[in-house]
Amino acid sequence: MANTASSFSGLVKRPALGGESLKEPRVAKIESRSLCFYYGESQALHEISMTIPERSVTALIGPSGCGKSTFLRTLNRMNDIVEGARHSGSVLLEGQDIYAGDVDVVALRKQVGMVFQKSTPFPKSIFDNVAYGPRIGGLRDKEKLREIVESSLKRAALWKEVQDRLHDSALALSGGQQQRLCIARALATGPDVLLMDEPASALDPASTARIEDLIFELKEAYTIVIVTHNMQQAARVSDFTAFFLKGVMVEIGDTEQIFTNPKEKQTQDYITGRFG
Amino acid sequence: MTTEPGIVSESGAAVPAAKGSRLKQNGRQESWLFAGLCRAAVWFSIAILIVLLVAVTKNSIGWLDWQFLTSFDSARFPQKAGILAGLLGTAWVIGLTILFAVPIGVGAAIYLEEYATDNWLNRLIRLNLANLAGVPSIVYGILGLTVFVRMFGFFGPQGILYRWTGWELNGFFWSEHYQQYLIPLPFGRVVMSGALTLALLILPVVIIASQEALRAIPASLRHASLALGATRWQTIRHQVLPASIPGIMTGVILGISRAIGETAPLVMLGAMTFVYFAPGNLDSLSDVAQHPEGLIKAPFDTFTVMPIQIFNWVRQSKEEFKYVAAAGIVVLLAILLVLNGLAILIRNRYSKHLHW
Repeated sequence: MANTASSFSGLVKRPALGGESLKEPRVAKIESRSLCFYYGESQALHEISMTIPERSVTALIGPSGCGKSTFLRTLNRMNDIVEGARHSGSVLLEGQDIYAGDVDVVALRKQVGMVFQKSTPFPKSIFDNVAYGPRIGGLRDKEKLREIVESSLKRAALWKEVQDRLHDSALALSGGQQQRLCIARALATGPDVLLMDEPASALDPASTARIEDLIFELKEAYTIVIVTHNMQQAARVSDFTAFFLKGVMVEIGDTEQIFTNPKEKQTQDYITGRFG
Repeated sequence: MTTEPGIVSESGAAVPAAKGSRLKQNGRQESWLFAGLCRAAVWFSIAILIVLLVAVTKNSIGWLDWQFLTSFDSARFPQKAGILAGLLGTAWVIGLTILFAVPIGVGAAIYLEEYATDNWLNRLIRLNLANLAGVPSIVYGILGLTVFVRMFGFFGPQGILYRWTGWELNGFFWSEHYQQYLIPLPFGRVVMSGALTLALLILPVVIIASQEALRAIPASLRHASLALGATRWQTIRHQVLPASIPGIMTGVILGISRAIGETAPLVMLGAMTFVYFAPGNLDSLSDVAQHPEGLIKAPFDTFTVMPIQIFNWVRQSKEEFKYVAAAGIVVLLAILLVLNGLAILIRNRYSKHLHW
């Protein structure tokens, strides 16, 4: 099985991709090394080694149960809360092992934000939703909180729609707005990595398009890892794509290459819709 | 089997055979029967309740007045008998019961649901909570008598402590005013013993209801909070607990309703039947202002509660005490309704902000 770093090593050295505005070479933001992950006795991830370059969108695709969401959740240690979960290997964020003993999980999750499949606004006002992260981090200054809320909502392209009703319940927003609120909420803690677990799978096409546009804008400043079932979406928004199957990463490469000229037969079968 | 033409034509030509329509009709009959039975059950219980209420209220007319609410008991004159001692006794006991049972119960539920791992000990605890909820209250009375009233015979002039060490400990905070310890050891037959016993009695109900309330909070809410860098405690404090307050309040309502009507355990641990004073001698708010130290003494004063007083009136030989008892029952029910109403109000206030 070719879960190879070799197919990917070329990417790291590569300068800008064709048609991209980025000038500087890709720098690795996250790197997993021989990562295995277990839920109790069952092994969910087998020896995952891959590099996620900064300021880019990396899509994780694969059939249900292939481990792509599990892998995503190892990147901010959300799997820690699952009873009986354990791992081997390492995940490096900017060269530092996030599973090392002295790592503060709370700080890690502030740096590595996460957006879930089902938008889950807290049953509070729009303002309080976005301010939640900074507040639990100890920020009390009202003026600063207001600034953070405004800039986060602006980055999540939601400000114009909600600026007049910041103190209304977040649950009154539409599904697409709720999801963008969750993105704004994640941005408010000041992360530089955003993990998205099928962020648009429960949304209508128009809202999906807005989220995709947003992802495209956000990658200027953030490293984004997105899990998606929708291959068109992966093709549209991502720079790199990794294909997972049964807990193994089969292939990773330029999105264009994965979709037009995959090296592995399994990848090709999946992409052409022969299974999954 | 002949088909009924009426049904077939009614349900349209598309229905292929009478079989389908007959099945449907059977289902309808069954469902009608079941709904009817349920309705009858509801009306039956309401009818009994109404009969009880009407009978009691009728008996209390002319007896339930301001004098009744503001007087102490009278052994000889039904006209002079009042419920003040029971009213204040119940207020103190229930107030303290809530004070103990709610924080401990909610805390235990949070531990069991949010922190405890799934090992045999915790499974055993969870299993036995349900058993504890079903233990007869008289057993709690015996427990309270041993643990709180007598404290296993540990303190006091002839206690184990004295026999083993020679120290005699009879209490804390000697009061010159009352010429006794404000907190006696052992507690004795006092408000505090009753409140702690009732707290134990309702704890399983409160814990189980709170556990269910916590379990009903979607995991996605917890994950969203944790993913934003909240600690476990912050997640519980800011998201899980506020969202589960309506459910927790339901458990508290059930618990209080049970505690307020309990007689057996309090009789067991020695609440008085005839009391001519209020706990701490605080008959009114002006008393509180005049000697506030009564607030400390009250929990360690002997007491009676409304159900015990009512029971005492019912068994008096004088006929008129029957009406006094009826008046007492009306007061007890009214207080129960007010307390439950308050709890429901709190529940609704919180659940208004929540809709998943």
